[in-house]
Formats: sequence, C-alpha cells, structure tokens
Amino acid sequence: MQKQLNVSAIKDGTVIDHIPTKALFKVVQILKLDQFDNMVTFGNNLDSKVMGTKAIIKIANRYFEDEEVNKIALVAPNAKLNIIRNYEVVEKRVVQIPEQVNGIVRCFNPKCITNAENVYTRFQIINDKPIEMKCYYCEKITYENEIKIK
Amino acid sequence: MNKKNLISITDFSKEEYLRIMELSQKFEDNPNQSLLKGKVIATLFFEPSTRTRLSFETAINRLGGKIIGFSDSNSSSVSKGETLHDTIKMVSNYADLIIMRHPLEGSARYAAEVSDVPVINAGDGANQHPSQTLLDMYSIMKTQGRLNDINLFLVGDLKYGRTVHSLLMAMSQFKNPIFNFVAPPELAMPDEYKLYLSNKGIRYFEHLEFNNIINQADIIYMTRVQKERFIDPVEYEKVKNVYILKNEMLENTKPNVKILHPLPRINEIHTNVDGNPKAYYFTQAKNGVYTRMAIISHLLNLL
Ligand SMILES: [Zn+2]
Repeated sequence: MQKQLNVSAIKDGTVIDHIPTKALFKVVQILKLDQFDNMVTFGNNLDSKVMGTKAIIKIANRYFEDEEVNKIALVAPNAKLNIIRNYEVVEKRVVQIPEQVNGIVRCFNPKCITNAENVYTRFQIINDKPIEMKCYYCEKITYENEIKIK
Repeated sequence: MNKKNLISITDFSKEEYLRIMELSQKFEDNPNQSLLKGKVIATLFFEPSTRTRLSFETAINRLGGKIIGFSDSNSSSVSKGETLHDTIKMVSNYADLIIMRHPLEGSARYAAEVSDVPVINAGDGANQHPSQTLLDMYSIMKTQGRLNDINLFLVGDLKYGRTVHSLLMAMSQFKNPIFNFVAPPELAMPDEYKLYLSNKGIRYFEHLEFNNIINQADIIYMTRVQKERFIDPVEYEKVKNVYILKNEMLENTKPNVKILHPLPRINEIHTNVDGNPKAYYFTQAKNGVYTRMAIISHLLNLL
C-alpha cells in the first residue's frame, strides 16, 4: 500500500482525473505529454463510481493555463484538475469547452481544404453538449463522435 | 490591412448588398467602362465552369481590365503538384484581384488568407458561390423594384442546393420576406435554415408540391431535383415529375411573378415556359455580368 502511494503521488504538479478511458491517449496527444521531460504517470481502466472506468494522468512540476487545458474538454468534457503543491490539493478545476478550437482537431469533411493541404484548422463551437463545431473554412459541422485529433 | 474579399454571401452586410444592387444598375446602364484600366485580374479555375468563367471574364473586359489565369487545373502548375498555397502566393504577386473556383470546400477562404489581394469565390465545391446570390438578388430587385416584402418560392432540391441556402440567408436581411419551400421530403430545407428563420421571426411554409399557393409568389426560384441525391431510386421515380414547372401552371399567378433558375436547366422548367414573359432565367444570367462588374468594383474601391 505504502509503496503504491509513493509511485502515484506527486509532490507538486497537476492530476487530471475523470478522463474517459478511450480518451486517455487523445489527452496525451492534445497536451503533448509525450514530449514532456517531467515525470508523467498514467492510470487507465481504473474503477470510477460515476464513469464505470476512467483514466487518470499525473504530471509532476507542471501547471496548465486554462486555455491550454480546456482543449482536452473536446475529448474529456468531465475531466477535473487537481493542482498539487507539497502533496496537498490546493485547487480543483473543471475543464470548459472553449469557444474556438484551433489547430487540434481535423475537419470531418473529406472535401475540406484543411484535409488536403497543411492548413491550421479553426473551428467555432456552436453547441457544447453534444459538441458541434463549425469549420471556419468549409463551414461544415464536425460532431462530437466524429472528433479526430490532428 | 483593409483587404476585402467575397467568400461567403454572409461576408457582406445589408448595406453592401444594396451597394452592389446600385452599382449593378449603374453598369447595366453603362456597360463599357475603363475603371480597371491598367489592372490585371486573375481567374483561376481549378475545375472547369465555362458559364461562370465567361461571365466574370466578360465583366473584367467590360471594365477595361486584363486577364491572366487558367480554365482548368490540367493546364496549370497545379497538375504538377503545386499546393494551393503556393499558387495563390505566386498569383497574388502578379494580379490586383483573384477570382477562383476550386473543387475543395473552404479553399477560397484559405486562399483569401494567403493572398495579399482581394479574392472572389466563384465556387468552392458544394460550399459557397456568392456572386450567384448577388445576381439573383439583382434580378429580384430589378423585376420587383424592391428587396423587402418578397414572397419567394424555392423549388426542388432544397437540401443540397447551395444557391437556395445563400439566397435565403441574404433575403432574410430584408423586411418581411415570406419563404415557401417546395421539395420532396428527401430534399427538404435543412433544419438549421428553418431554425435561422424562426429565430429571426421570418415566416416560412413547406409544401410537397406546387399548388394554388404559387399564385401568391413574387419570385419562383427553380432548382433541379437530381437522381443521384436519392438513396432509393423508386422515390426519385415517384417525385421526378412533381417539381417540373409548366406554362399552364402560371396561368393564375401574379402579373409581377418571375421565374428564376441558376442554370443550366435540364427539364425542371418545361421549354413551353420560355416564351412566357414571366420566364426570367436567361435575363438573370445576363444580369450576372453587371453584378460581377459591381462586385469587382466594390472590392477594389473603384467607385
Ligand atoms: Zn472544414
């Protein structure tokens, strides 16, 4: 028990909880955690009273700006952030779906210019639940279940 | 940078619509101008559309401008694999304005970002074709003397037809329009447009076929019902003759009513309508030249 805690607990940093299990690697991709030098711990298929199973990510010595972390709301709308300082949770935050989503998501429309050339994608969120986002270029809607990370 | 483009019909304000109407009339009255003297306009047609290209190129010639460009991507560097980005970068160094048609949706919006000179979208896939909408509006303005209080019948493919969607958006900016949608269930007006009208408190009615109500129409805007749009060919067979306008149907319509069509027509307007003074689709196409002269002049601030 003691040993397990040592592995998972972080002294300072951010714990992202309540990630849907299938969204774990998308969150990793969006936050570019694979390029981090800091210690990052993942847990997947953990029991969750609310979600059945869930994933959790702990990132040592790293704090996120709202703008940065809100991007994960696209794949983990119920994610919660625990801000840890000296082993204590000093702040809890929920993610919020941003109004604009830039450069993260692929447009669902195969005939969109953004899928043919290297164009930085831009969407406007027109509905949050379920997510509906309108492409700035082709003006077509990408729905929540169609979201693919670039 | 204060560069103006025309990519989607909603890029223009109501005031700009009216400005285009005014300029179109001015150019119709005096079609030969020298406002574009010394200017070079690029017409980049990444997919062929002879009708649209000739209309734009006539407009440029009437304004006294010079044209560079290509009429399909086979004859351009695009076929050698050059990106749209690079083509637009290059051309915007040569020309004062770019008019482009491209099969990919959003291509014109992207080109406008890349280009240093104004861009006019002459069709980006199934997305937008705003000069068509402006010439439709000019045709309404000319034949009805107003853009307010128009009873507009949109007929045929209201689901995929980009022209009817753009016209709906534009005419919604004017006072008291009434929209009547005549379409089979498979090609009905999408909910997002109906919701848009409801939110603006604009009246609309849906009909499965033409009926006596067309007697209230000021404008009947016809579009083609295409077989390819139907999943079930039997459904197409059932409705294929329902959305064809015939001369006898116009008997009790209002004297001011005009029939519009974006052309090309296949069989959705019977040829026996052509001689009726209420048929306006060929004049409508001609109006396109004046409207395009107006758009070019407006974007380049020539007047
Ligand atoms: Zn798109």
